[in-house]
Amino acid sequence: MNTLNFVIVGHVDHGKSTLIGRLLYDTNALPTDRVEELKAACNALGRELEFSFITDHLQEEREQNVTIDTTQIKFKTQNRDYTIIDAPGHKEFLKNMMTGASQAEAAALIVDAKEGVQEQTRRHASIIALLGIKQVVVLLNKMDLVEFSKERFDQLKAQTETFFKTLDMTPAHIIPIVAKDGDNCANPSTRMQWYSGLTFLEALDQFTIKEKPTNKPLRYSVQDVYKVGEKRILVGRVEAGVLKSGQKITFLPSNKQTVVKTIEVFGNEGKKEAEAGECIGITISDPLFIERGEIACAVEQPPIIAQKIESNVFWFSSKNFEKKDKITIKLATQEASCRVEQLERIDSSTFEVIEHDATQLCPTEIGRFVLIPEKPIVIEDFNEVEELGRFVLELNGEAAGGGIVVSKQDKA
Amino acid sequence: MDHLDILENKSIHIIREAYKQFHQLGLLWSIGKDSTTLLWLCRKAFFGNLPFPVIHIDTTFKFPEMYTFRDHWAKEWKLNLIISKNQEALDRGIGYATHDAITCCDELKTKALKQLIAQKKFKAILVGIRRDEHGIRAKERVFSPRSENFTWNYKNQPTELWDQYNSSAESSDHMRIHPLLHWTELDIWEYIKRENIPINELYFAKNGKRYRSLGCMPITKPIDSTATTVDAIIAELKTTKTAERAGRSQDKETAYAMQKLRSLGYM
Ligand SMILES: Nc1nc2c(ncn2[C@@H]2O[C@H](COP(=O)(O)OP(=O)(O)O)[C@@H](O)[C@H]2O)c(=O)[nH]1
Repeated sequence: MNTLNFVIVGHVDHGKSTLIGRLLYDTNALPTDRVEELKAACNALGRELEFSFITDHLQEEREQNVTIDTTQIKFKTQNRDYTIIDAPGHKEFLKNMMTGASQAEAAALIVDAKEGVQEQTRRHASIIALLGIKQVVVLLNKMDLVEFSKERFDQLKAQTETFFKTLDMTPAHIIPIVAKDGDNCANPSTRMQWYSGLTFLEALDQFTIKEKPTNKPLRYSVQDVYKVGEKRILVGRVEAGVLKSGQKITFLPSNKQTVVKTIEVFGNEGKKEAEAGECIGITISDPLFIERGEIACAVEQPPIIAQKIESNVFWFSSKNFEKKDKITIKLATQEASCRVEQLERIDSSTFEVIEHDATQLCPTEIGRFVLIPEKPIVIEDFNEVEELGRFVLELNGEAAGGGIVVSKQDKA
Repeated sequence: MDHLDILENKSIHIIREAYKQFHQLGLLWSIGKDSTTLLWLCRKAFFGNLPFPVIHIDTTFKFPEMYTFRDHWAKEWKLNLIISKNQEALDRGIGYATHDAITCCDELKTKALKQLIAQKKFKAILVGIRRDEHGIRAKERVFSPRSENFTWNYKNQPTELWDQYNSSAESSDHMRIHPLLHWTELDIWEYIKRENIPINELYFAKNGKRYRSLGCMPITKPIDSTATTVDAIIAELKTTKTAERAGRSQDKETAYAMQKLRSLGYM
C-alpha cells in the first residue's frame, strides 16, 4: 500500500504534538508498552498523561514541553498508510520544520482558536506555499476554550482564508477540533453540532498521493560512473519520463548525443524500460566522457539550460547572506558556484517586500534571487518537473536556503 | 512502482550518494535482519561487488547462530569483512555478568567502533536504523554528522531538504548514513520475502519462541511466537501491539536510556 506523507505545522503550543498523539491513540497505532512508557515518563515529571509526549522524545522536549526537532511517525486508516511529520513551531527551529516539510505532499496547519493566527502560523503557511505543497487543511484547535463557538470559528475561518489568498492558495478544508479530546480528529464531535464538514482523518483520506512525472519527457540525472567488469555504467535516477534501451538521448548541459545500449539493474538483467523514480544504471553506445551532474534527456524535448535562475528561496541559515557572497546551488546531482545578480527581501510572516534591491538577506526571510551560475544548469519549471525545479543553496559548505525555480526562464 | 520499489529505490539512491561523497566508507553489519537487508541493497547498488568493507563489531556475546551466519554469507558474497573487538575492555573483564547493559554497550560496541574508525580513518558509516524503531530514531537525519567522541548533536541537526544530503559538515568527525530510515519493520519483512534475502534462523520460532530483534545474548529475550516462516512473521506483525525492541532490556532501564546511548554514540 502506498503512503501519504503529511506535515503538521503551526505556532508553538497550538497543539501539533497533542493532535498527533491523539490520532495515533485513536487509530490504535500505539504499541501497549509505548503507552506504558509514556505514562511512566509523565508520572516522573508529575503530570497527567500528555499526548504530546508521544512525539516529543528528547528529554529537553518533554521537560520544556516544546518540540525541538522534526519526527516522522506512521499510522494507517482503512484507506491507506500515512507518515505524519511533526514539525517544530518555534522560530528558532525553522530549519527543522523545513527539513520535515520538504518530505511532505500535504500539510495540516493548526491554529489555536483562542489565540488565533500568530506569526509562526503565517510563516509556516508561507513555507508550505514556497515548497509547493498544495494540499492543505487548516485545523482550528482548542475549540473547548472558546465554548465551541460557531461565531469564533466563522471569524477565524474568514481570517485564515484571507491570508491564504495572499499566498495564492486555498485550504481544502477548515475544521474545528479539540485535539486533547479527539473531537473531529479521527471521530466526529458531538459538541459542535453546527459543523457538518469532514473530520481531519476524512479530509486526509481525500488527499492524493503525488504521482511520479512518468508522462513527462525523459530526464535522467547521472549520480556516478562505475566500472563493473568491462562495462562503464552510468548510475542515476530517472527523474521524469521513461527511459528505454535503444532510445536516443542527449546529455546536457554538455550536449552530447548517444543511444542507451543497456539498462543495468542487479538481478534484473535484460530490463528494457525504467520509469520516473527508478534508480538504475545505463551503458551507452558511444565512448563519451560523462560525469556526475549530466542530465540525459529526450532528444526532441530538451529542458531549460539556464545561465540565469529566477527563484524564491527561504533562508533558514542562522547567518545573514550578503549579496556579494558566493553561494553554491545543488539541484538534482548538479552543483555550481553562483553569484547573485539581484535580490529582493520578503518578510515570510507578512509576505511584504522589505526591500526591492537588497544587499543582504536575514534568517527566516524569503529572498527572490536571480542567480548566475558559473556554468549552465539544467532546470525545469517547478510545476512541470519538481525534481529539477527545486534546489538547496549552500553557504560555506552548509545548507542555508531552500528554493524553487519560478516562472518561465530565459533559454540559453 | 509499488510500495517496496519506492523504498528500495530511495535506499539505493542514498547508498550511491554516500559512496560518491565518501570513498572511505564502511557498512556496519550487525548480522540482524535490518543490516542484512541494507547489505542486500548495497550489493544491488554496486552490481554485486561492494567497493567498501563490511564491519562487524563483535562484543563476543552474540549468539553462535549469528557467527555462523556471518561467516557463511561473508564468504558467499565475497565481502571484505572487518571484525572488530574492544580487546582492551574484554581483557579488563567487561561483560554482562559483572557490568550493566549500558556499560557493556558503551565499552564493547561504541568504543570498539570508535577505535576502528580512528584506526581505519573511515569518513562515513552506513547504518541500518529505522525511524519506527524508537522515538529518538524518528528524529534522525539520513546523513547525520558525529563528532570525534561520537556525540550526536540532536539539538542542532543539519537541514536536509528533499534528497540533497549535506556532505561537508565541517566540524564533524564522520558521517552516519541511514539508508533504511524510511522503512518500517513490516516493510523489511515484506522485502525479505520478495527478494528472498537470507535471514538468521533465530528470527523463526522454535518451541513457541522467536527473536524479533537480535542483540547481545544476555540482554536479548525472545518473544512468544509460533511464526516459523517469513509469511507467518508478516502476519504476526500486522496484529501485534508490542514494540519491536521490547525484548532489548537496555532501552527500558530509564525512559531516556536510548537518548543517552545515542548521544554517547550508540547506533
Ligand atoms: N484545552 C485544550 N488544550 C489543548 C488542546 N490541544 C492541546 N492542548 C494543550 O496545549 C498545550 C500545547 O500543546 P502541544 O501539543 O504541546 O503543542 P505544540 O507545541 O503545537 O506541539 C498542551 O498543554 C496541551 O495539553 C485542546 O484541544 N484543548
